Amino acid sequence: MEDLIKALIEMQEAEAIRIAKELLAKGTDPMKILEACSKAMEGVGSRFEKGEYFLPHLMMAGEMLRQISNMIKPLIKEEKSSKGKSKYLIGTVKGDIHDIGKNIVTFLLDANGLEVKDIGIDQAPEKFVEGIREFQPQIVGMSGLLTLAFDSMKETVQAIKDAGLRDKVRIMIGGGQCSEQVKEYAGADAYAPDAIAGVRLAKQWLGGK
Amino acid sequence: MKERFIQVSADADQRQEERFKIWLAGENIPFANADAKAAYQERVTLIRDAIQLKKTPRRIAVCPSAGFFPIQYAGISMYDAMYDYEALKKAFEKYQLDLELDAYNTPTVVPGKALDILDYKLYQWPGHGVAKEREYQFVEDEYMKAEEYQELIDDPTAFFLNRFFPRIFGSLKAFETIPLLPGINEILLVNPFTRPFGTEPMKKALTALTQAGEETLRFLAAVGEVGGKVMGRGFPSFSGGFTKAPFDVIGDSLRGTKGIMLDMFRYPDELKEACERLTPIMVKYGVNSCRAVGHIMPFIPLHKGADGFLSDEQFQTFYWPTLRKVIIGLVNEGFVPQLFAEGGYNQRLDVISDVPKGKVVWWFDRTDMKKAKEKLGHVACIAGNFPVDLLITGKPDEIRAYGKQLIESAGKDGGYIFTTGAGMQGAKPANVKAMVQAAKEYGVYQK
Repeated sequence: MEDLIKALIEMQEAEAIRIAKELLAKGTDPMKILEACSKAMEGVGSRFEKGEYFLPHLMMAGEMLRQISNMIKPLIKEEKSSKGKSKYLIGTVKGDIHDIGKNIVTFLLDANGLEVKDIGIDQAPEKFVEGIREFQPQIVGMSGLLTLAFDSMKETVQAIKDAGLRDKVRIMIGGGQCSEQVKEYAGADAYAPDAIAGVRLAKQWLGGK
Repeated sequence: MKERFIQVSADADQRQEERFKIWLAGENIPFANADAKAAYQERVTLIRDAIQLKKTPRRIAVCPSAGFFPIQYAGISMYDAMYDYEALKKAFEKYQLDLELDAYNTPTVVPGKALDILDYKLYQWPGHGVAKEREYQFVEDEYMKAEEYQELIDDPTAFFLNRFFPRIFGSLKAFETIPLLPGINEILLVNPFTRPFGTEPMKKALTALTQAGEETLRFLAAVGEVGGKVMGRGFPSFSGGFTKAPFDVIGDSLRGTKGIMLDMFRYPDELKEACERLTPIMVKYGVNSCRAVGHIMPFIPLHKGADGFLSDEQFQTFYWPTLRKVIIGLVNEGFVPQLFAEGGYNQRLDVISDVPKGKVVWWFDRTDMKKAKEKLGHVACIAGNFPVDLLITGKPDEIRAYGKQLIESAGKDGGYIFTTGAGMQGAKPANVKAMVQAAKEYGVYQK
């Protein structure tokens, strides 16, 4: 198990997958493997905080985690109920079809154990409102690379307000030329300068609840 | 194999001087009168002095990045800009002549009809996947599979012809059948060479390409006309030619962001080798595209090397070595790479200061300009980074204050070009005017 944690932290993908397979073959409790994975993710996170690891390392860690979870999922009989889980709704705002940043944030949130609903690109304000009603997230993330997205973000926040949902969610924005200034302009709660800042902020917000 | 593009050649200085002379002379420019010519030469001189770091220019050249702002400023749609060349021409002429910037930006659009004909997949554009009033937007995908690195390494040109183009140009699918050209070296090999070109799908592809080419010529004639007119009134073009960092060619358009990030762990050797293979091609592309327009500064937008996207080690292993070679390759031909570092480059400043003195422009988006001046000011001209979000959401007095502070931190003793951190689409015209005015006012060294 220690070897698995080490391989994950050291970004040794092939090694990590091999060890996980072996452990499963030996009949190790899958939940114990998942625990080891989450311990390893803490290790990766702390290297990130120290400035040793960057976005590619988090992507690789997430990718290893995804493969191991896929091996383990069929072996776990009772799916953990998603009730009470932290929920994050994300989308690229109206008029903007870029998805690179949004996809990275989605991937990292997922790897951090949040339930993420990605409503896609070029989403009109009413689609965000609809999504909030159905999915009931605690957090909404609005993504946009274009400067034209600033107005779409503003309109979306307004639509959420008009729908009476503004106090039910916290809203963060990110992407392209977004800034604190744009956050004020759009009426969001926070601006995340990069994907990791967004994930960190989401965890902070959820932890504080 | 011979190591190239490591050392600055002995005649690099002289070559640069020659190219500056050509740019300064503006021989083929239809100047309106002697004053216009003098104004043009004055502006080129401001930019040259800022780049060469030999003396403090008379004042700071004010060269904001137009982006799609001129299109909005003229009240036309993005669709108009890509389909109605007359409208595009008027918009860029009005923008430049109204604002009297020190350098002119050629429109950063392409003819929509050519994209329609080619069934281009790499972007969506107004009226085709995005609304008519919206700008063209990139569609990221794995256009090259990880298993195809070797094929790219073996023959980048063949890979682009046979694999990449058929994937991104729907109308050029038949290019899959173009044979490997070095194989065609004997009389009996003429058959396999010509055969694919006789087929119906290839005929259709070539017809599409011809039509797209004709459309492009019409577009370029229009753009060239406004360029000539504007330059003839005394405004040089800010850049000419184009190339990219090899890592970005792969990361942006072939493998995608997630793809290239994982490739650094899974296929590090292939990735490095592919970057090396693309290096001489990117040098040559920059050289040829500059020569075609008689300019000295190839525009090089940098994407995946930004802070946070790579660790320092990854930047120095995968990104910087081949970018530096592209820089040296261009410098050795006398060109001035215009390196547009999108995002933040605060962690990179030490590494990227390893460039020959007075030979490049480092243009920043979200980098701390004071730090950039400290770390790079002795070797390179810096440019940037007036924030576009401020131009969109701010007020003229905030704009003036920011401009003043920017010039004080980045403009000390020359070596600086005033520009924005990104294209100005979405900016309020009053704010743009306030910025230009502030920059002209605060940016004077010698009264």
